[in-house]
Amino acid sequence: MMIAETAQKFTTLAIPSQDQLLFGVSPFPLECGLGLTIGAGVVFPEVNFTLPPMSITAETWAEVKAHYEEMATHILRRAVALGTPGIVLEFELLPAMTDQPEWGAEITAILKRHLVVAHEKYNLPCALRVTPTDIRDQHKPPLLRTGDPWRRLRRSLDLCAEAGADILSIESVGAKEVHDQALMFGDFPGIVLALGVLAPRDMAWLWGEIVSICKAHPGVVAGGDSACGFANTAMQLAHQKMLPEVLAATVRAMTAVRSLAAFEQGAVGPSKDCAYEGPVMKAITGRPISMEGKSASCAHFSPLGNIAAAMCDLWSNESVQNVRLLSGSAPEAFTELLAYDCRLMNAAASQNGALALRNWMTASDEWLSPQAAVLSPAATIRIAESIVGEENPYRQTIAAGRAAVAILKDGIAAEKLRISRKEQLWLDRIESALDELPDEGAALVAALEEQYGSLYDKASYGL
Amino acid sequence: MAHLNELYDAILNGDAKKAHATTAEALAAGAVPMDLIQEYMVPAMEEVGRLFEAEEYFVPELLLAGRAMKSAMELLKPLLAASGQKMAVRVVIGTVQGDLHDIGKNIVASMLEGSGFEVIDLGTDVSPESFVAAVEARQPHVVCMSALLTVTMPAMKTTIDALKTAGLRTRVKVIIGGAPVTTQYAREIGADGYSENANGAVGLVKNLLAEGR
Repeated sequence: MMIAETAQKFTTLAIPSQDQLLFGVSPFPLECGLGLTIGAGVVFPEVNFTLPPMSITAETWAEVKAHYEEMATHILRRAVALGTPGIVLEFELLPAMTDQPEWGAEITAILKRHLVVAHEKYNLPCALRVTPTDIRDQHKPPLLRTGDPWRRLRRSLDLCAEAGADILSIESVGAKEVHDQALMFGDFPGIVLALGVLAPRDMAWLWGEIVSICKAHPGVVAGGDSACGFANTAMQLAHQKMLPEVLAATVRAMTAVRSLAAFEQGAVGPSKDCAYEGPVMKAITGRPISMEGKSASCAHFSPLGNIAAAMCDLWSNESVQNVRLLSGSAPEAFTELLAYDCRLMNAAASQNGALALRNWMTASDEWLSPQAAVLSPAATIRIAESIVGEENPYRQTIAAGRAAVAILKDGIAAEKLRISRKEQLWLDRIESALDELPDEGAALVAALEEQYGSLYDKASYGL
Repeated sequence: MAHLNELYDAILNGDAKKAHATTAEALAAGAVPMDLIQEYMVPAMEEVGRLFEAEEYFVPELLLAGRAMKSAMELLKPLLAASGQKMAVRVVIGTVQGDLHDIGKNIVASMLEGSGFEVIDLGTDVSPESFVAAVEARQPHVVCMSALLTVTMPAMKTTIDALKTAGLRTRVKVIIGGAPVTTQYAREIGADGYSENANGAVGLVKNLLAEGR
């Protein structure tokens, strides 16, 4: 078992004050890739791109590669044209590219080749983040630590590290099999079982593995994870009016605990762009984070457009297809969008205006959505403090949930946050559910065995 | 049977235990199974659908109501079968090959079940051959396919083509859904319909079946 025996336990905040929680600045800047330092005062674009609608097969592979060649060319052309001070490219493997690890490695090598040329020719500081797909959920229940999907995922991580990745990341899915079911039914004990008991166990094991892979490849850093499959699922369902926003907001806060487990195992950042729980991790660990908001509308909508940038170190577009727009290709267009977003932040920072801009970005969104309310610098510190004040992931998850509920209730009491009657009912319901949870995670596992036991493989969680 | 309004309320409030118990009591008292369905259970689910459409209910309330309906139906199904009455429309559902996303598909499946359909969930990463085999073996009225990735959308067409090749396409209605999917895409690949959300998918299935009668 790869869970590090020396796992770091965070008991205090690396950034204890909200006024120190700024975009572009982290207590532990990260040097990576080709001359890039993240978190040392400058925000860089992180551009993420994908294929247009097409099949990925042996027959289409040449076409697939041509798309990535074109996207890298266009993105770097725009970055150079705009004098971007640095850039991160993110390559999120599609499932077929992780299923066949050599495919993912081949694209990794193509992208790295483009970055090397841009660095040598234009002195562009840059890095390549590679994110294999977590394909371990192919079986029902998923086998997370054994079996062919895990072997292929591990090989994918290995081969991508060899092929030129500078940062390895993943959007891991351990406990999603329980969380999905609980979320759909709004069953809060089930959600806590997933986020507070199962997911942290998988994260600790998986990130022990990823950190060991990075150590075997000098120069490759273990970036971080994202609760995308959990909190972003909730966010999107809330966006479609299928789930209460207060539930999505509370889930977001609670997911910080499972995502923190990557850092406890040795990840050094930047965490993934779609990890909106990133600011909490930044406050706790002092490591740089990537975020996405308004300039990720090519991939999804959110109520977090500006506030998400308030504390970022990389600013991302989530994912954009290689399709043609009036201006040019969509990846190139979104590179420009991100570059200008970053220019504004960096100009503000260079004129002692970072705190003012951060506060404006926060104020523009904070009370217009419960999900934004838990993402402000003040809320971030409050949630982060609640997490480091508890001793194990189960209690930390509950504490983060309570902190989120308190933030929302305080906002309502102050007449800043306005929610509908049915949202208010759900908020009360969530608060009651948190109060009724047992003191220990083991008791919750036992209590929910009949309801959820068949959905997950206990050995996959070391249970 | 005034107390049978409790069955209606139990489904509306998503109380599966109460729905089951009330149904059991009603049957013991001589209630006719089809009357329970048509006079109390179906109207309750229709009201649940209305509340969802009016944004009074979220998906959890909808699914809990479906679970309550299913719990009551467990008692009624054997009785209906024994009396030779036709029960449910059968639906095969799955996320297409290469795609592991399933929460949207699961919501649709749960809502279809709650609406009284028999749902055969093939899971995720379902190959065209598996869809064909399921249609051959289970003879559904409808096939529902989901995809979240632009690169897995083409598998929807491959699956429809496989159904055609197997001579099964005319036997079933095919509907598709998922974030990157559109009505136009549904037309292009020869699907019978597209829905952008789960509740719409249930309505679409009902409409297609009504058209087919």
